[in-house]
Amino acid sequence: MIDPARKLDGERDLLIRDGRVERVGKGLSDAGAETVELKGLWVTPGFIDLHVHFRTPGQTHKETIGSGARSAVAGGFTTVCTMANTEPPIDSVPLLEHIQAEAARVGLLNILPLAALTLGLRGETLTEMEGLRKAGAVGFSDDGMPVMRAAVMRRALEYSRGIGVPVVSHCEDKSLSEKGIVHEGVVSARCGLQGIPAESETVMIARDLLLAESTGGHLHVAHVSTAAGVAMIRAAKARGVRVTAEVTPHHLMLTDEAVAGFDSRFKMNPPLRTGNDQAALWEGLRDGTLDAVATDHAPHATAEKEAELEHAPFGVVGLETAFPVLYTRGVLEKRLELPALVAALTCRPAAVLGIQRGTLAEGAIADLTVIDPTIRWTVEPVRFESKGKNSPFAGWELRGQVRDVWVAGRPVLRDRKILLQNGETA
Amino acid sequence: MPWTRKDLLGLEPLSAEELRLVLDQVKAFKEVSTRSVKKVPALRGRTVVLCFLEPSTRTRASFELAAKRLSADILQVQPASSSLLKGESVVDTARNIEAMQVDAVVLRHNSSGIPVRVAQAIRPSVINAGDGSHEHPTQGLVDLFTILEKKGRIEGLNVLIVGDVLHSRVARSDFWGLSKLGAKVTFCGPPPLVPAAFEGFGARIATRLEDVLPEADVVIALRIQKERMEEQMIPSFRSYARLYGIDEAKLARAKPDVLIMHPGPVNRGVELAPEVADGPRSVILDQVTNGIAVRMAALFLTISAQEPAASSKPAAQTAAVSL
Ligand SMILES: [Zn+2]
Repeated sequence: MIDPARKLDGERDLLIRDGRVERVGKGLSDAGAETVELKGLWVTPGFIDLHVHFRTPGQTHKETIGSGARSAVAGGFTTVCTMANTEPPIDSVPLLEHIQAEAARVGLLNILPLAALTLGLRGETLTEMEGLRKAGAVGFSDDGMPVMRAAVMRRALEYSRGIGVPVVSHCEDKSLSEKGIVHEGVVSARCGLQGIPAESETVMIARDLLLAESTGGHLHVAHVSTAAGVAMIRAAKARGVRVTAEVTPHHLMLTDEAVAGFDSRFKMNPPLRTGNDQAALWEGLRDGTLDAVATDHAPHATAEKEAELEHAPFGVVGLETAFPVLYTRGVLEKRLELPALVAALTCRPAAVLGIQRGTLAEGAIADLTVIDPTIRWTVEPVRFESKGKNSPFAGWELRGQVRDVWVAGRPVLRDRKILLQNGETA
Repeated sequence: MPWTRKDLLGLEPLSAEELRLVLDQVKAFKEVSTRSVKKVPALRGRTVVLCFLEPSTRTRASFELAAKRLSADILQVQPASSSLLKGESVVDTARNIEAMQVDAVVLRHNSSGIPVRVAQAIRPSVINAGDGSHEHPTQGLVDLFTILEKKGRIEGLNVLIVGDVLHSRVARSDFWGLSKLGAKVTFCGPPPLVPAAFEGFGARIATRLEDVLPEADVVIALRIQKERMEEQMIPSFRSYARLYGIDEAKLARAKPDVLIMHPGPVNRGVELAPEVADGPRSVILDQVTNGIAVRMAALFLTISAQEPAASSKPAAQTAAVSL
C-alpha cells in the first residue's frame, strides 16, 4: 500500500465497510468480509485529475461523460474535474446540474465539475460564483479562453476568497500567442511554424500571481509549461501567496523536438517547450512547487486531428497513459520517487481542491487504485476507452498498468474490465 | 554514392554529398536544354501530378516544362477543381493522390510540413514545391546551382540573405544547402523577421545591412509581403526599402563581383531598386533558366529511386547514358 498522505509504503491489509476505509493494518481479519487478495500489487488512493475535457454538452462526437468516465477509470482515476469550456460553457447552475445528472447516470467515478469564471467564457462578466459553488462547482475557470482583462481576474480572485474554491487560470496572453501553433524557438524557426513564445505564458503567470498576492484569493495555475513560470510560482509560494499549480504528463515527457515531424498528435496548448523547460518542470514537481499532475485530457475526433498542423485542434488525450508513462519514464528513470508520483496523483490534487479524498486513512472514502507493476504493454490508442485517439504516447512501450479501481468501496474496474452498476462488465 | 531518396522534401535532411550529386545531375540536364531538341525520354510512361494548392505561376510552369522535357505525362490538380483543400485531412489528401496511380506528386501547400506528412503516407515520390514557411528545396537548389555556375565554388563564400527570413521557405532551403556546402550564411533584416534561433545552426544574424554588405560574395534578397505591415513587423515598405532595400548607392560599397539574386517576383523599388534587379550583377534571369534543369533533376532522381514496381523502372545509370 502506498499512501503518501500518511507516508505509508508497505504491506498492509485494508478493511472496507460501507464505502469507507474502516481499518488499515497487518493481519486484519473479519469473518463476514469478502477477501480480495492483492499480493504483489500496489494499492494507492484513487487517482484525482484536476483537469479533463469531457466535451459535454456540445461536442459529444469528441467525448461523452460516459466515454470520458470509462477512460478515467481505465487509467486508475476515481475523481476527475471537468472543465467548463463546453458548448455552451458551464456558466449557470442549470448547466452545472446537467453535468452532475449525466455524471450520476454514468456512475463509475466522481465527476466534479468546474464552472466558468465568466459568462460565455467571454472574459467580461463574472458568473454567479456563489450559487455555482453551492450547487457543487469545485473551482472556476475559463480554461482555453484566458481572461485577458486583469480587472476581471482581480475581481474573481477577490470573490473566490469568500467562496473557498480556487480560480483555475489557463495562463496565456493571446496577443502574444496569436496564431502560433508550436513553441517559439529552434524548432519553430527550423520548421517554419508560427511560434507561441514562452512569454505568452509567463506574463500571465506573473500577472495572476500579483493579483493573487494582493487579493488573497486562491490561484491555481493550470498546465505550467515554462521554466520561468515554475520559478515565479516557487518564489510566490515562498512569500506566502495562495497559489497551487499543475503539470501535465506530456509537458513532463516531451519537448518541442517532437513537433519537428509536423504530427498534430504533438500539438497542444500550451505547446511542448524546450528541454530546459522540461527539466524545470521535473524539478518543480520534485520540490513541490508544482502540486499535482493533471492530464488536460483533450479528446478530438481523428478526422479533426488529421488536418494540417495549422488547422488541427490543440490537445491530446491523457487519462489512460498518465500513470504508466510517468512510472516508466519518470520513476524507473529516477526522475521522481514512486511515492512522490502517487502523491501528485492523489493527496496533492485533493489538497488543491480541499476535498476529503486522496488517502486511505481510516475513515476515508474507499477510492482506490490497484496497479500491477510487472505488466509490460504498448500504447495502442485504438484500444482506448476514450473516443479520442490523439495520444502523443502512441507506440510507447510501458511498464506497469492499472488493474483494478474501486470507488467508494465498490469495484468499477477489475482485471481491466469496466464494471457497470449491477456488477456486469461493460 | 547513388541517390536513394524517393522524395525531395527539403535541403535540411540532405548531406553535402547528396547535394553535390543533385547539382551534377542538374548540370547534365542543363546541357540538354542547350540542344535544339530539348526532350529526353528519361521519364517516358511516367505520370507526374502537379498539385499546387497555393497559387503559383512560375514554379508550376518550371515544373511543367521540366516534366515535359523528361517526356513524362502531366496531371494538373487545381485547387478549384479538387477537394484537396485546407481542412481536409492530410491522410485523405494523400490517399486521393495515390489512388490516381501516379509516379510523382509535386506539391505546393501554404501549410508547413504537408509534403512531409504526405510522403510518409504514399508510395509515389513527393517533391516539395514550397510548403508554408518551411522549405522550397528546388528553389534552394536553383540558388546553389546558379552560385556554383557563376562563382565556380560555394565553399568559403559569404552569402548574405536579406529580408523576411521568418516567413521565407527559400531562406531556409538556401541556408541549409549553402551551409552544408561550406558557405558562410548571414541573415539580415528587421529583427522581428529574423529568428535568432538560426544562430544555433551556425548562421550569423545582422540587423544593419551596411555592416555586412561589403563582405558579401552573394546577396539573396527575399520578397517582402504586404501582410508584414499589417502585422506591424515592418512599419512601411518605404522604411523597409530605406533600411534593407538594395540600390546602387548601397552597392557602391559592395564587392564589384557580388551576385544579386532574388527568388522572384521582385517588388521593384522595395527589395531591389530596378537598376539593381536589371543590372549587370543581377543573375535573376539565370535563376529562372536554371529552374527547369533543377526540377528535371529532382523529378528524375526521386522517381528513379523508388522501390521497383511491377513495371520497369528507369535506372539512373541507363538514363544518364541516354542523355
Ligand atoms: Zn488550458
